[in-house]
Amino acid sequence: MISSPTPENQGRPAGDVSAPPAPQKAAPKPSSTPAPFSRVSHILEKHGRKPSRLVPILQEVQEEYRYLPSEVLSFVARSLNVAPARVFGVATFYAHFAIKPKGRHLVRLCDGTACHVKDSVPILDAIRAKLGVDAKQPTSRDLLFTVETVACLGACGLAPVVVIDDQVHGAMTPEKACAALDAVIAKEKEVAS
Amino acid sequence: MIRARINQIDVEVAEGTSILAAARGVQVKIPTLCKHKDLLPTAACGICIVRNKGGNKLIRACCTPLENGMEITTHDREIVDVRRSTLELILSNHPQACLTCGRNGECELQSLAADFNIPLESIKRYVKDVPRDCSTGSIIIDFQKCIKCGRCIQVCQEMQNVWALSFLDRGINTRMAPAGDITLAESPCVKCGQCSAHCPTGAIVENDETPLVWEALHDPNKICVVQIAPSVRVTVGESFGLPPGTNLTKKLYAALRRLGFAAVFDTNFSADLTIVEEASEFIERFVHQRGQLPLITSCCPSWTDFMEKRHYDFIDNFSTAKSPQQMLGVLAKTYYAQKLGLDPAKIFVVSIMPCTAKKYELSRTEEMYASGFKDVDVALTTRELARMLKQSGIDFLNLADGAPDSMLGDYTGAGTIFGATGGVMEAALRTAYFYATGKKLAKVEVEAVRGLDGVKEGTIDIAGTPVRVAVAHGLANVEQVLDRVRAARKAGTDTPYHFIEVMACPGGCIGGGGQPYGVDNERRKLRIAGLYADDRDCAIRCSHDNPEVIRVYDEFLGQPLGARAHELLHTRYTARPLYKR
Repeated sequence: MISSPTPENQGRPAGDVSAPPAPQKAAPKPSSTPAPFSRVSHILEKHGRKPSRLVPILQEVQEEYRYLPSEVLSFVARSLNVAPARVFGVATFYAHFAIKPKGRHLVRLCDGTACHVKDSVPILDAIRAKLGVDAKQPTSRDLLFTVETVACLGACGLAPVVVIDDQVHGAMTPEKACAALDAVIAKEKEVAS
Repeated sequence: MIRARINQIDVEVAEGTSILAAARGVQVKIPTLCKHKDLLPTAACGICIVRNKGGNKLIRACCTPLENGMEITTHDREIVDVRRSTLELILSNHPQACLTCGRNGECELQSLAADFNIPLESIKRYVKDVPRDCSTGSIIIDFQKCIKCGRCIQVCQEMQNVWALSFLDRGINTRMAPAGDITLAESPCVKCGQCSAHCPTGAIVENDETPLVWEALHDPNKICVVQIAPSVRVTVGESFGLPPGTNLTKKLYAALRRLGFAAVFDTNFSADLTIVEEASEFIERFVHQRGQLPLITSCCPSWTDFMEKRHYDFIDNFSTAKSPQQMLGVLAKTYYAQKLGLDPAKIFVVSIMPCTAKKYELSRTEEMYASGFKDVDVALTTRELARMLKQSGIDFLNLADGAPDSMLGDYTGAGTIFGATGGVMEAALRTAYFYATGKKLAKVEVEAVRGLDGVKEGTIDIAGTPVRVAVAHGLANVEQVLDRVRAARKAGTDTPYHFIEVMACPGGCIGGGGQPYGVDNERRKLRIAGLYADDRDCAIRCSHDNPEVIRVYDEFLGQPLGARAHELLHTRYTARPLYKR
């Protein structure tokens, strides 16, 4: 699940990597401005600062920030006492990890064989055109949406399939997909007002 | 023992021997691209595939141990076809720039392509447009030429424990780069250049500065002088087809003079000078208990860089004596200039070094400008010198022997062994023994610190007190030595060592990142043997007996560790912790 943004993970990561808080003392600061990296420190603590827990640590860090900022990766490397080169290697290896910010809503379009022959490509084109994204820049400028393709969602009977956040939309057409996005946008506006 | 057959030839090898090594033992050459003798196999390139009878797929010879009863075929039509396809795929991601590449003529990919006679024009190319990384001034990474064999990464991470380079992304997007999309200069890189020495292609090469030297040589207003590092004399011959370890000192003197240098000096002379300063430092700390022990050698610039970045708790242990390169540079622009009445502003000092990090050392700190000018103007690697000699039309190998210029040219056996791991330690002990006891060593060879073991330890008796020494080479071997010292510090016990020598490159400078390509332990041994032979043949074998060293103190420097020596021959270190961005 993607957690809703909080003041901390919206503007973060901020702060100077050169002065990370000492791991042991969780830097008591006014609660309105949480200490940079304190959440990461918490995650590291939970995993006993074991280098062997690198992947689960990165997973949780990504849940926190919705992506893996390079400052945080350097901080994780330093805390685990492993080379940043190793952490960056792992973070860039797995498709699950993002080193660029992702949008609040994840749109995944299936382009597996079944969906592909059922015309998934025009749907992808329509979604991308609507949100102003492409393969190189999959995240919309307002950081609301990230559009990805996946190989197969295992729901071939519903082809073509689009998944928005955790909701599966079957038998899609370009029009229906855009309508589903409109619904999400409308909800966002409601919350904002 | 394993019994098997390779191309119908019976072979018998020890258990665990790879098919590749077993085949070499019976004069069968299986082509490889990613495998290097210094490194564990990674099976990255897929060129070394072979067939085992009855097996349903081709197997990689570099990483598959030979098993009892195997019947291996190394070359048949299908195998060669698959190798050719693999090679074509590699070339399709490789720029067609051989003629202007730093590795032209010495590239493993180029020679493999030549063996297979791949028609280059027929390959459709998909080469990503990625800019080169020239940030360090020592080595240049051309990402386009990388074939993703992973040698440099293994070297950087496992051999050197530096972790500047790593693989990022995966699949077709895999790339070798400093992690985090930073430049090499911002990374933990220490400029040792071992990546360039192990790269099979031109993806990592030394920063070629020969144009600067040609320009200076052709400038009538410049007085060009040159110095040759200890190890270069036994390696440069390899670039001209001679066996490793061939000592070409005198031919180098003659060739450099013909290139147009006004004076030819020898870094071996200033190595002797470094030893006089460093041994004096050791006596200060060891005998007079002024300063911290262990004393740690500092003439390797990659090692000093590594220490400043990663082991700065040892700054007070570092010898402040400058490296021989810098000592010679500063004396050329002060002592030599004054004696001959030359304008130091016109003197252009070139050093021929085995090393890419020496380029970085030239401007490492402000002490490198102690003469009031840049003490050494350009540092060339052995490879760059070989290129210059070839460009110059000098018939290098058939030249009559030459001699160095006096004042900064004479050397002893102690100076020449600086180029081998353990050599600085051995040279320093010869002089320290004399300083402490006033007596000459009966046997100057210190066998305990010789050889290619990653860490060497020994105890030498000086005036009834045992001196415990350690020698490490290959930066990955440093940590265990320093950790022992740290543990003793923490426990409050006596230091495990009094004197530590570190050289960043395996084998020492003879295995430096700027040396002729193709280094492995066999070559390292031969090169080292060349230096020890030179030492053995020297009439004078202790630095403090070098008549020119004695003279420079008498006429110019005063006393070792004296005011002038301190001003010109010593430097400082600063902690530079990483990732403070």
